[in-house]
Amino acid sequence: MTEITIGILASFGAIFVLLAAVGLIRMPDTYLRISVTTKAATLGIGLLLVAAAVFFGDMSITTKVLAIILFILLTAPVSAHLIGRASYFSDVKLWKGSVLDDLEGKYDKFSHKLKSDDEKAPEKKTDNIEED
Amino acid sequence: MTLYDFLYYIILPILSISVILIMFRFLKGPSIVDRVIALDLIITTGIGIIAVYSIITNQPTFLDIAMILALIAFLGTVAFSYYLEKRNK
Repeated sequence: MTEITIGILASFGAIFVLLAAVGLIRMPDTYLRISVTTKAATLGIGLLLVAAAVFFGDMSITTKVLAIILFILLTAPVSAHLIGRASYFSDVKLWKGSVLDDLEGKYDKFSHKLKSDDEKAPEKKTDNIEED
Repeated sequence: MTLYDFLYYIILPILSISVILIMFRFLKGPSIVDRVIALDLIITTGIGIIAVYSIITNQPTFLDIAMILALIAFLGTVAFSYYLEKRNK
């Protein structure tokens, strides 16, 4: 019974990691690639580590595995946000099929600060007119 | 088919194939950000390979190295994004 559980957990984990790898190859855009790797890889690695915890069945090893899973769950979104922000500043183009870019024209190019919608609304409009 | 055979002949090849696919993106990647993401995912897949390998060899000590790899992956991504942001200023 334990062996079947380990087999199922490891199979799903490996399939999720493989899907993340295929998504990294197939996705057309840097931001979509960030999204794929963050979600799929976190779940896949979590399942593989849970399989190891079930196999050993020891309290100390289970605690270690839970610590690793918690660390990955906490740091994966943070690192994805950081690298996405850096790629937005380094002018990585969006995919041509993307329909919406909410941040367009809202970031100050030199100080990297986000403008507030309320106070800078008129200024933003004039900027857009000048660009046209 | 025992659990050892299943992990050794099915799970580990799947993980190795995914590492090869990610390596392709790492070599090809149009921008430097793609390479950083691919590197992060290679290290994360390495954690999974270490977990499976610790089951196969019945050695729970390998999980310590998995934890250290997770720390290094996060630090590397943060350092790369910090460097990219400073470079573009």
